[in-house]
Amino acid sequence: MADGVSRDETILELRGVAKRFGSGVEALAGIDLKVSRGEFLSIVGPSGCGKSTLLRIIAGLTPPSAGTCRLAVDHAPGRIGFVFQDPTLMPWSTVIANVLLPFRIARRGGAEASGRALAAVRAVGLGGFEDAYPHQLSGGMRMRVSIARALVTDPDLLLLDEPFAALDEITRMALNDDLLRLWAERRPTILFVTHSVFESVFLSTRIAVMGARPGRIAHDFTVDVPQPRDRATRTSPEYGATCDAVSATLLKAMAT
Amino acid sequence: MNRLENKIWLRVGAPLTIGILLLALWEAAVDVSGVPVYILPPPSAIAWSLWVDGPSLLGSLLVTLRITLAALAAAAIVGGLIALVFSLSRIVEISFFPYAVILQVTPIVAIAPLIIIWVHTPFLALLTCAWIVAFFPIVSNTTVGLNSADRNLLALFRLYGASRAQVLWFLRIPTALPYFLAGLRISGGLALIGAVVAEFVAGTGGAETGLAYRILEAGYRLAIPRLFAALFLLSATGIVIYLVLDFISRRLLRNWHESAAAREEE
Repeated sequence: MADGVSRDETILELRGVAKRFGSGVEALAGIDLKVSRGEFLSIVGPSGCGKSTLLRIIAGLTPPSAGTCRLAVDHAPGRIGFVFQDPTLMPWSTVIANVLLPFRIARRGGAEASGRALAAVRAVGLGGFEDAYPHQLSGGMRMRVSIARALVTDPDLLLLDEPFAALDEITRMALNDDLLRLWAERRPTILFVTHSVFESVFLSTRIAVMGARPGRIAHDFTVDVPQPRDRATRTSPEYGATCDAVSATLLKAMAT
Repeated sequence: MNRLENKIWLRVGAPLTIGILLLALWEAAVDVSGVPVYILPPPSAIAWSLWVDGPSLLGSLLVTLRITLAALAAAAIVGGLIALVFSLSRIVEISFFPYAVILQVTPIVAIAPLIIIWVHTPFLALLTCAWIVAFFPIVSNTTVGLNSADRNLLALFRLYGASRAQVLWFLRIPTALPYFLAGLRISGGLALIGAVVAEFVAGTGGAETGLAYRILEAGYRLAIPRLFAALFLLSATGIVIYLVLDFISRRLLRNWHESAAAREEE
């Protein structure tokens, strides 16, 4: 297909996934979701709709209370990358040591690991900062390190939990462009949680709009804004129209 | 750069000036009021005593210092290990932590006589007393530190299939390091206090006498200038211990921790 998404190969399938916390709060109810390999799926919803919980269930960090989550991904560590809202770096380690962490845990050292870590650092535009410590970097640069660490194992599935929410608009746009470039180059399947409609339309091939209390998928959009996307995309009529449609759905999902 | 130099000059110079002024005032006050030397000796008499008795006082200081440093090292190692065990098992922590607190809140003066009866080697007896005073801040701080690992980093380690040992070694221990070092700085002063208190209770510890015993002895003999000289050496030792530990802590943390990172702005 033109956008490189193969519709036939399912990488992730959620059926009736629900999550009820010990406190009795029902975070998610009856989530059905099918994701094909190579898709860039954004999950948009109001705060408290269980977006992050959903991502943690997919990553296997939280068990669902009901339903099944089937992943067509090796269970070997490193096949899933995760980027949190905070950069979540180890402040005592340099940039390169932070990016090397997945290999260190897997006891894979040596030249190959170092080479891949260096390539990942360069891929996010931080060449020359390998030996810097996180506190010497700006917020945007720290987030780039976090993305490099998630990409270093070349994962099949990349999960991003509102990664750019704390960044300023300019940094955010730059990172949006970089993320799209990295996706085009490596083609991992990406699940991107955000509360920004504009960001989701700019980035994704598909958008799942969620409603709150309990969290559920209210609508599933395919984004027809042409690829590749760049600065011109942000002012194109297709982009504007899709943003309007997603916003309207989001408002409706929040009202009900 | 100029401002920074000014600041260092100010930080050393200002307290020093105050100190000299106070000493001069003290000297003058003693001189004018005619207070006898055995009540309050003038600084000049103390300085003279420090000069005359210096060598023998330094010998005693070495005895006290040896106990202090041994107790501090034992507190760091045993305290760190206890914290490690606490962090590995919640049930062990819940079961034993109250006893660590009991050991901490019971006045050392009250238990020191018992320890001196039970432990026959004087050095070991004094070491045990000083250790009891010094170990708690390290245990309590390090336990908090080991349990303070970032939740998302913990999740990330799980995602990459890290073993418990890896989580401990790569994440929990580095997280705990600043806490441990903060505890160590407190314990440095406490180890000295513990050593002095233990010596007070034990009296002369066999052939070698520590600085605390010299203070008692000087008090009995009304050699008050020597008492002050010993006191001065004790305070100076405490300050040096603190400065050394502070220096070590800054060296270890300077690359990453807020407490030690160079402030480039402000």
